[in-house]
Amino acid sequence: MHELSIAQSLLDIIVDESNKHGLERINKVRLRIGELAAVVPESLTFCFDLVSRDTVASGAVIEIEKIAVTARCDKCDLSFEVKDRVFECPKCGEPVLEMLGGRELDVVSIEGETGENDG
Amino acid sequence: MAEIKVPVVRNILQANERLAAENRSRFDEAGIFVVNLMSSPGAGKTSLLEKTIEALAGRMGIAVIEGDLQSSYDAERIQKKGVQAVQINTEGGCHLDGNMIQIALEALDLAGIDLLIIENVGNLVCPAEFNLGEHEKITILSVAEGDDKPIKYPLMFQICSALLVNKIDLLPYTNCDMEKIRKTVRQLNPAGKVFEISCRTGEGFEPWLSWIANKVAEHRKNRAQACASPRMDKH
Ligand SMILES: Nc1nc2c(ncn2[C@@H]2O[C@H](COP(=O)(O)OP(=O)(O)OP(=O)(O)O)[C@@H](O)[C@H]2O)c(=O)[nH]1
Ligand SMILES: [Mg+2]
Ligand SMILES: [Zn+2]
Repeated sequence: MHELSIAQSLLDIIVDESNKHGLERINKVRLRIGELAAVVPESLTFCFDLVSRDTVASGAVIEIEKIAVTARCDKCDLSFEVKDRVFECPKCGEPVLEMLGGRELDVVSIEGETGENDG
Repeated sequence: MAEIKVPVVRNILQANERLAAENRSRFDEAGIFVVNLMSSPGAGKTSLLEKTIEALAGRMGIAVIEGDLQSSYDAERIQKKGVQAVQINTEGGCHLDGNMIQIALEALDLAGIDLLIIENVGNLVCPAEFNLGEHEKITILSVAEGDDKPIKYPLMFQICSALLVNKIDLLPYTNCDMEKIRKTVRQLNPAGKVFEISCRTGEGFEPWLSWIANKVAEHRKNRAQACASPRMDKH
């Protein structure tokens, strides 16, 4: 359900960037979403289709890259991928508190067309 | 027509993050410790507040922001305990956000308040992504919901600094495995405290009450030091 407000925030960013860069039509938007983020990709793209109707981003393709959960053990200075959501150092077995990635909800790039004529 | 690619790298929730940061500085200026209390519907958020207020209101100033889809029923329950409570109705929205808190703050008198508890909308997913400017997130899970919830809704259990497992008076009537909850939460969130409580019988309340009272006292102390120290940066 909250994907609707996330989709709206995403659209706000796209419109803002489009104005900045003179984009008149958006073809593709790339996102990075962490495995632990509480967002269902299908639900987000569905909501985005709804909120982007009659906007510069209408019909844009949303491409989502999933980001694995990673953490760092401060005893071993080891960065590793967290498997099965167990925040434990694979080397020393200590509990690990520092999460490096896995909660991303980022826009990475926007592709579209400017109104300028070539040449 | 020219096709171009614009690198962006912006957090989708940055607008809310900004509002949350504004709230946070307001709380810090006023010296208030703020908790974002989350759970699925009916896990016992309002019941926890009632009992916690009964025990602590004599020792500190407490205020409550109540988030609900509809009705002001929960705020009325809290007001009966003699503390300020403001109701926010999200009208279908499944979570509170930074903006709603700003609106609620206009209706609150923060003078003399040490602890502000925000009861989020009953929902185990959505509120987890929206910071409100709180100092700590606290999650409640009732034993009637089942011991698999931390596995199914990991973020809510990963980000909380304390998990309250409520309704333990009902344990004999459920197949909820407390050890499984403890183990999953330890793996997911090694720093998170786990308290087992019953809002009905009052069992397990002592450790919870001293933990939260301690947090408020620590916050007050840190603030006093920050004010006294001339080297501290002012924002
Ligand atoms: N048996 C038992 N019942 C409880 C306990 N705590 C709360 N309840 C009951 O559970 C029901 C829901 O409690 P609330 O405190 O209203 O729960 P809530 O999380 O605030 O609910 P919403 O605001 O609607 O999401 C009420 O009927 C409470 O009396 C408990 O420890 N044991
Ligand atoms: Mg309630
Ligand atoms: Zn290690």
